[in-house]
Amino acid sequence: MSLARTFATTGRILTQIRHDPRTIALLLVVPSLLIGLMSWLFADTPVFDRVGPAMLALFPFIIMFLVTSISTLRERRSGTLERLLTLPISKLDFILGYTLAFGLLAIAQAAVAVGFAVWVCGLSIEGSIWLLFAVALADAVLGTTLGLLASAFARTEFQVVQFMPAVVFPQVLLGGVFLPRADMPDVLHAISDWLPLSHAIDALNAVSTGSEDAAYIGGELLVIAAFALGAVLLGSITLRRRTP
Amino acid sequence: MMNYAGPAVLVDNLRVKRGSREVFHGLSLAVPRGALVGLLGPSGCGKTTLMRAIVGAQKTVSGTVTVLDSPAGTPGLRKRVGYTTQSATVYDDLTIRQNLDYFRSILGAPRGDVDRVIEETDLGDHANQLVGALSGGQQSRVSLAAALLGSPELLVLDEPTVGLDPVLRVQLWTLFRRLRENGTTLLVSSHVMDEATRCDRLFLMRSGEILADETPDGLLEKTNTSTAEDAFLAIIAGDTRQSSEAEL
Repeated sequence: MSLARTFATTGRILTQIRHDPRTIALLLVVPSLLIGLMSWLFADTPVFDRVGPAMLALFPFIIMFLVTSISTLRERRSGTLERLLTLPISKLDFILGYTLAFGLLAIAQAAVAVGFAVWVCGLSIEGSIWLLFAVALADAVLGTTLGLLASAFARTEFQVVQFMPAVVFPQVLLGGVFLPRADMPDVLHAISDWLPLSHAIDALNAVSTGSEDAAYIGGELLVIAAFALGAVLLGSITLRRRTP
Repeated sequence: MMNYAGPAVLVDNLRVKRGSREVFHGLSLAVPRGALVGLLGPSGCGKTTLMRAIVGAQKTVSGTVTVLDSPAGTPGLRKRVGYTTQSATVYDDLTIRQNLDYFRSILGAPRGDVDRVIEETDLGDHANQLVGALSGGQQSRVSLAAALLGSPELLVLDEPTVGLDPVLRVQLWTLFRRLRENGTTLLVSSHVMDEATRCDRLFLMRSGEILADETPDGLLEKTNTSTAEDAFLAIIAGDTRQSSEAEL
């Protein structure tokens, strides 16, 4: 592993994205637009305060998952990945380079989304806004790392797009947005305990209602970080220098 | 650097399967050190697979590939072997210079290398243009430029002149000869037979087998022909006759 090569990769990816301003605009604006739509939809009900925090987990998570899985697949398909792997870059350098690049974008995205939800849409937050931001960011990074991992199992663009419903939707359904997790059938509740998005949504709900202390939220952040780290390690193991 | 005893590339009894098809059924060959070697043959004959095996990107079934005295694909070789694939493998959404800067930092090559390879591949006028906006021929030269970074001891170039006009083609072959004069070993694949005459040595490949391993003059003499294309056809004709005789 070499920091220089990791940072070089991060810089290269950010430069690529810089040449594509429309993607930057979409990354920054789309989650806020969706959150705005939710708050307008539920304008005269208390629903937005209940599901709003979860939206801060969902939209950045889904968008980062998609963007990352498609951009690494592009690298695989165009042959640049194969070329890189004949060069002195370690597989972890490559994956961390991607995680860092999209992690930096995720900071900007999460900041815009949290700011928009709280100050424009009037999402009421009992706890610390910094914790809200930290969880939203961890969640966007989780989306990035799962996207990296998913792209390892996809050979074509069609396949990678299908991973969205396959990997993301079950987590959304079981995350407690549609039905509080405590009210789920026991088996589904047990499964949802093992899905990282559930922990992100729990943490965001806890921050917004102020129902739990910072230690609880820190614990949930650690769970999310562990999943992200696991995805990074698995992702770098699944990269192959030699292919059939 | 020149005190190694062995050849630059030694392939011994290599078997490779891609999908259900066996590409090599026990291929052996040696690329002499410091030579400019042409790998010629029709498309689909296994040129690319051989090159992938040499740079360590190809999964093999059995046999050995030794490159600069180490097994192919070992980490120590990654700085010493330059490789270009048939299609340009550089980033469309970066400029030429940004591409080369990135590959340079991955290789840990000296900073000045970027300007050197831009000049060697005659890309100076476009250095700050996005690769995606360049012509196919220019893109493949960017890919070649990236392989020249860090002055590797062995260059494995898969069809580097495909899609280039005759002037550029001559320029590139001049560059290959110059690199060879400076001690680099080059293995260059092509399906254009007239490029053969510019090499020190030729491998003619067909259906995963080496039909001839000769100098260009030796090849013409042996087949009693005057062009590489005719020589190739003569050898294929001989090979087909032999195998049909063997079947009888």
